[in-house]
Amino acid sequence: MNKILLIVSREYLTRVRKKSFIILTILVPLLIMLMYAGIFALVIKGDELSGPRNVIVIDDSGIFKNKLKEDKTIRFSYLDASIEEAKKIVKSGDNTYLLYIPKFEGDQPLHIELMAKKQAGLGFSSDIENQLENVIRDRKLTEAGIDQKVLDNLKTNISIDTKKLTEKGEEAGSSGAAFGVGMAASILIYMFIFLYGVQVMRGVIEEKTNRIIEVIISSVKPFQLMMGKIIGVALVGLTQFLLWVILTSTIGSVAMKALMPADAKHKIEQMQKQPGASIKAQQPDNPAAKIFDALNTIPFGMILGCFLFYFLGGYLLYSAIFAAIGSAVDNETETQQFMLPVTLPLIFAFIFSVNFVVNNPDSPISFWMSMIPFFSPVVMMVRIPYGVAPWELALSMALLIAGFFGTVWLAARIYRTGILMYGKKASWKELGKWLFYK
Amino acid sequence: MLSIRNIVKQYANHTALSGVSIEIEKGSVFGLLGPNGAGKTSLIRIINQITAPDSGEIYFNGEKLSPKHISKIGYLPEERGLYKKMEIGEQVLYLAQLKDLSRAEALNRAKYWFEKLEIQNWWHKKVEELSKGMQQKVQFVATVMHKPELLILDEPFSGFDPINVDIITREILELNKQGTTIIFSTHRMESVEELCDSIVLINKSHKILDGKVNEIRYNYRSNSYKVTYNGNLPYLNGSANSVYEMIGHSTDDLHQQITVKLKNGNSANDLLQFLIPHISIEGLEEIIPSMHDIFVSKVKETGGILPEELQ
Repeated sequence: MNKILLIVSREYLTRVRKKSFIILTILVPLLIMLMYAGIFALVIKGDELSGPRNVIVIDDSGIFKNKLKEDKTIRFSYLDASIEEAKKIVKSGDNTYLLYIPKFEGDQPLHIELMAKKQAGLGFSSDIENQLENVIRDRKLTEAGIDQKVLDNLKTNISIDTKKLTEKGEEAGSSGAAFGVGMAASILIYMFIFLYGVQVMRGVIEEKTNRIIEVIISSVKPFQLMMGKIIGVALVGLTQFLLWVILTSTIGSVAMKALMPADAKHKIEQMQKQPGASIKAQQPDNPAAKIFDALNTIPFGMILGCFLFYFLGGYLLYSAIFAAIGSAVDNETETQQFMLPVTLPLIFAFIFSVNFVVNNPDSPISFWMSMIPFFSPVVMMVRIPYGVAPWELALSMALLIAGFFGTVWLAARIYRTGILMYGKKASWKELGKWLFYK
Repeated sequence: MLSIRNIVKQYANHTALSGVSIEIEKGSVFGLLGPNGAGKTSLIRIINQITAPDSGEIYFNGEKLSPKHISKIGYLPEERGLYKKMEIGEQVLYLAQLKDLSRAEALNRAKYWFEKLEIQNWWHKKVEELSKGMQQKVQFVATVMHKPELLILDEPFSGFDPINVDIITREILELNKQGTTIIFSTHRMESVEELCDSIVLINKSHKILDGKVNEIRYNYRSNSYKVTYNGNLPYLNGSANSVYEMIGHSTDDLHQQITVKLKNGNSANDLLQFLIPHISIEGLEEIIPSMHDIFVSKVKETGGILPEELQ
């Protein structure tokens, strides 16, 4: 046991002291922040940056004039000119569009056209479509004798609050928030298994090609060396994760204070102070408040616990296999033939989660995938935010632990033979034989 | 000290050791000889408990070999290896701690050895910054740090320059004087004669020869002599006589020399009596075969493949 600790501390310290570790630890939070800042800037400032779109309206039907709503991003100007003249203006100006509405045929105009130097964006054109539709509908309703006041009254703005019925009563939930949290956890686990599993494999290959392996295993059992390496790298992973969380939130809050306009900051602070329910009562229409409210319904403590469990469980399961692969080859280029079948389940689980589980978290396939140890770390993390029965969680965890012991046992048997084999290109058949050596 | 009894080790396609038994005395320098692929490394790995034998037992100081003996054995494998990116000092300490030494104790002994071999200023260097010979020195230190009772050296001199061979030989002999038993696996027969008390020769998984070096050489005499003389010797030109067969003849300015093999029933005295009437004898020396010759003839006899440098 003492020797495992010794190996763990060597593996840990040599990795944490590496320049690449330090650089990655600092760089990733910065990149994340930059990414967020980029998205933020695009969303908030994007339209303002390019200035408002000027839309020249040639309205042959004559009913739309001054009925289209302007905002920061769209300006309408109504022109009594021929299309040809208007086209010239559009061609000469950036960010200028021509909306041509012909005369009514029947109860609506056909062949409405939106022209510009560049193809108009989908969001922009559907925005205009909506506006036109609204105007026509209003007109029809008025023609049918419905009062303008009644019309205004009719306008409602609906957004659905999803709620789960549980034994405790109603719980507000948000599939959006659940989706986000589950995906993030799943992606992280997927990445970490790859990143650190491969590190274990590299470490094994390094010891083998350095030929230090024989010196070490004349002092410790191969199993101790393998476990020491796996645990050491796991601690490196946890350290890095923790540092990322701390650094990201520190940089984030500093950046928030520096960049956020004062009133927005104030708003957010207010939201954070008030419990979710009261915000809802006071400001039912505030979408930001809703997101906070939804996030509050997600049991973060539970998710964090599960995340750590599945992160470690998945990593241990796969890293044992990676260690076995490392022991079976003489250098990294030879790992290809073994890597693919091992990484396939992981990649499959990931693609499956992204495309299927998020939409059908409770389907039988999702259930079974979240039970099988090779898939469960990635799949289960997507399911958990939607709510998973405790027995399912317990079963999945138990199976993962069992799977981990199984793969470690198998991997250790391949490992202790593989590390002493040089110059022979191992085949799958050979690995099978190694399992049964005494 | 070490009693190896009837060890059998089989791999999928071949037998590495079939029923090998060896006794190694405490305080001896024991040579483990054999061509490549004979099973030496398999045996060494079994002694180090890296692999387990299919059958047979090993006793260490009378006790059955078990993991608690690991810290009493020091092993220098043929293929040397150290962590390339790790500092020498840290590395030596780490390897010693794996052999159950406390860090403080390891530090003390590391200082002792680094001073002794005059490599103190390498402490903070990384292995990749050292030449191969320097790495070997560090590896030797790492092997003996924990004062093993049994030191197993697999081709310890490969990669060393002559000066370092001398230094390491001196250190090995000094450790032996202090009571360390040494197993020495090698092809270099001159170092076997120089260092080893006893040897075992393994070929094709079988033990084919063992015993004390002097006794083996004595037993493998072929009743041949070298005679240095002055004068004219008849029978030089291959003419037969009843006492000996000519094997070789050489002449220089001062004297002549013949190498002869005595016929059955003749002794050195008979040879002298036969020669004295014809020549004046300056010297007579019995030819005792070198370990090299015994090794080569035994390996050929048992159908082994000789390493290139011995062919």
